[in-house]
Order: sequence, then C-alpha cells, then structure tokens
Amino acid sequence: MFCSMLFCIGVIGVLIKRNALVILMSIELMINSINLLLAAFSAYSNDPAGQIFVFFIMVVAAAEVAIGLAIIVLIYKTTHSIDIDVLNKLKW
Amino acid sequence: MFSNYIFYFLSALALYSGVMMLLSKKPIHSVLYLTLTFFAIGGQYILLNAQFLAIVHIIVYAGAIMVLFLFTVMLLNLNKDDRSPKPIWVKAAAIIAGVMLGMVLIGVFRGYDLHLVQHPMESQIGLVKELGKVLYRDYMLPFEVSSILFLTAMVGAVLLGKKEQI
Repeated sequence: MFCSMLFCIGVIGVLIKRNALVILMSIELMINSINLLLAAFSAYSNDPAGQIFVFFIMVVAAAEVAIGLAIIVLIYKTTHSIDIDVLNKLKW
Repeated sequence: MFSNYIFYFLSALALYSGVMMLLSKKPIHSVLYLTLTFFAIGGQYILLNAQFLAIVHIIVYAGAIMVLFLFTVMLLNLNKDDRSPKPIWVKAAAIIAGVMLGMVLIGVFRGYDLHLVQHPMESQIGLVKELGKVLYRDYMLPFEVSSILFLTAMVGAVLLGKKEQI
C-alpha cells in the first residue's frame, strides 16, 4: 500500500510538472516503488529470483538516468530551457 | 512490535518527502527531498532483511544518481521560475487520475490474500552470500549482458555530451 502510494506520487509528478528534470525524478520514484514492492514479495515468498530482478532493474535505471540527463543537458544547450513544452514539435 | 513502528515511520517519511518533492518550486529542493525518500526506501530494504539490495540501493541511488542530478541542476541555470505554469484544470485532472489509480492499486492489494511462506523479517535470501550464489549460478548470462548495457550507456552519454554538433 505504501509502495502504490509512492507510485501514484510519481505518476502525479509526471503529469503536473513542466520541468523535465523533475519529471525524470518522478520516474525514478516510480521505479523505486516498484523495486521495493518486488523485493517485499520476494522476501514474502522466499524466492531469491525477485531480488536478483530488482538488482537488474537498478542497473537499467542507472543507465537510463545517465542517458536522460545527457539528453536534458543537450536540450538545454540548444533551447536554453528545460520546459517540456519547447519539445512539442516531437508530437507530430 | 518495534520494527512495525520503524516501518510506519520510514513510510511516512518517504511519502512526506515525495509529496514535498512535487510541491517544492526549486529543482534543487526537489533533488534533496528525493534523496531523503531514497534513504527511507533503503531503510525499508534493511527491514526486509535484504542487505545486498539495501547496500546497492544506497550506493547507486543516494551515491551515484543523486550526484548526477545535483550536478545537472547546478550545471543548468534554473533560477528563473516557470514562465507559464500548467493550467489549473490539467493539474486537477492529473491529481484526480493519480488518486484514482492509487485507489485501484490499494483495492487490488487489499483483495489479494498474501500466501505467507516466510516471515519477511526473518528471511535469509537477501543476504549477500545467498544472493551471490544465485546470481553467479543461475543468472550469469544476464549479469554479463548488463555490463554491455552499461558500456553502451556510457558511450551514449559521452557521445551526447560531446562539444561538436552531432
């Protein structure tokens, strides 16, 4: 229940924020809540595969953050803003 | 029971700092609140007796990812506030959608009868020794492939951060 509330905070953050950096942070929050839930279920059912999976999710999340922040820095270099609305050309 | 109180305290701390992350105006405050959330989640891992995950979580998130976020916030000049905040109905719709999703998830978890194999506070699977055995015996290939993923991410980040126009 705690995990799902944390996940919902992440979802709301993605929806209401305009700052691309804060959106990335909200995505991190969602990934963390899912990790915690997976680890908790793995501990409940006494199955180490779940915790290994959490470890791999952390690997992927670290790579994702590195690439995402590089992209944000690049966007800032070209448009001098990290407001997501400057990227609305990507919509079409 | 004592660990129950710790669990509730850590949950309240994580939820509070998560909400404050969304409410704070400056991105640097958001990063600091997110760090607090990550430390609270690390405490939850310790409560679950998952030492390996707790250590990895503290190192990776509070150590590496937060430093990356802080450097990015300081690198970009973000002092000016939002020039055009989102309209109020978008925020209201987003909050309503998020709260409804939360109610659905909580309903699912309440309806699910958890088949208790082992009490989580006494489980031994999260120790470094046990997890290392499983990781290097059954999950050897994914472990090696993840190193290639890291190499790719590093090359990509360097390529994106280069001075020349791509």
